[in-house]
Amino acid sequence: MIRTLPTSNTYNWCFKLYVLLYFTFLFAPLVVTCVLAFNDSQFPSLPWKGFTLEWFTADLPERVGIFNDQINLDSIWVSFRVAFFVTLLATTVGTCGAFLFEQEDFRFKQGLYFLMLCPLVIPGVILGISILLFSNTLGTYFETNLNIDVELFRPGFWLVVLGQFSFIATLVTLVVSARLKKFDRTLEEAAMNLGANRFEVIWYITLKFLRPAIIGAGAVAFLMSFENFNTTLFLVGYEATLPINLYLQVRDGSTPVINAISFMLIVGTSMVALANLYFSRKGE
Amino acid sequence: MKNQKRWALLFFLSPVVLWLFLLIVLPHIDLLVMSFRVEDDAGKMTWSFSNYLNFFEEPIYWLTFVRTAIYSILVTFLTFVIALPVAFYITKVVAPKFQGFLFVLLLLPFWVSELVRVYGWMILLRESGVINHFLTNLGILRQPVEMLYTDATMILGLVYTSMLFMVVPITSVLDSLDNSLIEAAYDLGANMWTILFKIIIPHASPGIVSGSIVVFMLTLGNYLTPNLMGGKNSLWFTEQIYNQFIASFNWNQGSAFGFLLLVLSSLVVWLGLKLTRQNLRKVVQ
Repeated sequence: MIRTLPTSNTYNWCFKLYVLLYFTFLFAPLVVTCVLAFNDSQFPSLPWKGFTLEWFTADLPERVGIFNDQINLDSIWVSFRVAFFVTLLATTVGTCGAFLFEQEDFRFKQGLYFLMLCPLVIPGVILGISILLFSNTLGTYFETNLNIDVELFRPGFWLVVLGQFSFIATLVTLVVSARLKKFDRTLEEAAMNLGANRFEVIWYITLKFLRPAIIGAGAVAFLMSFENFNTTLFLVGYEATLPINLYLQVRDGSTPVINAISFMLIVGTSMVALANLYFSRKGE
Repeated sequence: MKNQKRWALLFFLSPVVLWLFLLIVLPHIDLLVMSFRVEDDAGKMTWSFSNYLNFFEEPIYWLTFVRTAIYSILVTFLTFVIALPVAFYITKVVAPKFQGFLFVLLLLPFWVSELVRVYGWMILLRESGVINHFLTNLGILRQPVEMLYTDATMILGLVYTSMLFMVVPITSVLDSLDNSLIEAAYDLGANMWTILFKIIIPHASPGIVSGSIVVFMLTLGNYLTPNLMGGKNSLWFTEQIYNQFIASFNWNQGSAFGFLLLVLSSLVVWLGLKLTRQNLRKVVQ
């Protein structure tokens, strides 16, 4: 059964085999995707025709590597910009949320807290369409009544940022709140006694204490934004983010360029994830 | 002092209120309102139930809805059955020095974009895919078969995508299960199944419930995996919503569908919480 109890050999081996199979199931699609990024073939499939880096570097008529593929490079850049603004907004508002729910008291606090959790249980697709509808309603209102054409209300870059921010902020709030719960409030009182005002206390003491949580939440926010599909799908304009752009390519047939992009994504996100994990362990 | 406190409250409250009202509350009210609006013969918008009536009168709509719900339940159950032994192995069976490593290994694939994971399955499973290549080379299959675009592969993909959200909460509740309880039961002569159903599952139930709620909700609202792995036959309800919005440009009909999906998803979350007497605050932590 468990470590301390005697177990039969068959039981042990079966369990090991099961876990091994599980991890194979977990990693098979990723490993295959990475390996086929280096296959010297026009299609992302076996047989193996030899190792090549052409799907990264080539600029030939029949083969354009990712580093020369302008459409994909553009979409990566769009995703970076979206993720940057989402991270900035979500960490700011999420940290405010953490302070609000942990340290302040006001009427309807419970109600607002419940509302703050809602984005977690609303499917991303619904979030996308309702924000699309609302921005459209606002846009029409401004145009017919005030005769102003507001770019923000049309599907496009900023609407994608707002859509992703709407649920990622909840996540940041929860992560930062968890850290703020552990904060020793006597430190604040001490600073107050020494003459600091509320904002100085927050700036010089509480935020310093929260920094690892805020950075960790920021990293998660960045990754979540970078790979978001469901919400973005409805809000995207002519500037496609990387997942949207990849989706369109995968749907209409695929080339090993997609493998090359996937390879870079897998390596990149794993590194961010491991760094995040390392620092959060060190923080504890 | 008092004045300062008021300013602090206002400083924290205003961005949060703006966020929640402008991006969550008002858009969803708009969604509800739009779903009751319809264009009449003169081209004017009027109030009507017809978007909802369409849903019940057209079998393809409500059948897709029911199908999506049933498959989501199936996916949730399968995810649970696969995840429980893995969580148990990591917390109770494997040598403690490997514990951390295995847990990190478990999380790693889920940092990668869902699209990349689905794409990985596509190149594994399709007719010219890797699995077919091996099976034909080994002589098990005479001809490659198309394994994509069936309900089974779609479910496989959905289980794979949502695995993390089941394994992590179950692992964390099992971590707090006292080993001596299992030892005591064992000494008193209980067999493996008794221990599983009388000790492990009851103890893990908070984790199981929160995992199931998240998995169910994510599966129900998934668009990418059914669309790419289920192909044209996937008939997932989110695709109906997408079609109404993007293809037919009938936003009112789409809103009604969206609202129905939201109701179903909230209902299941609420039911899951009620049945196990938990609240949302505890589950999300």
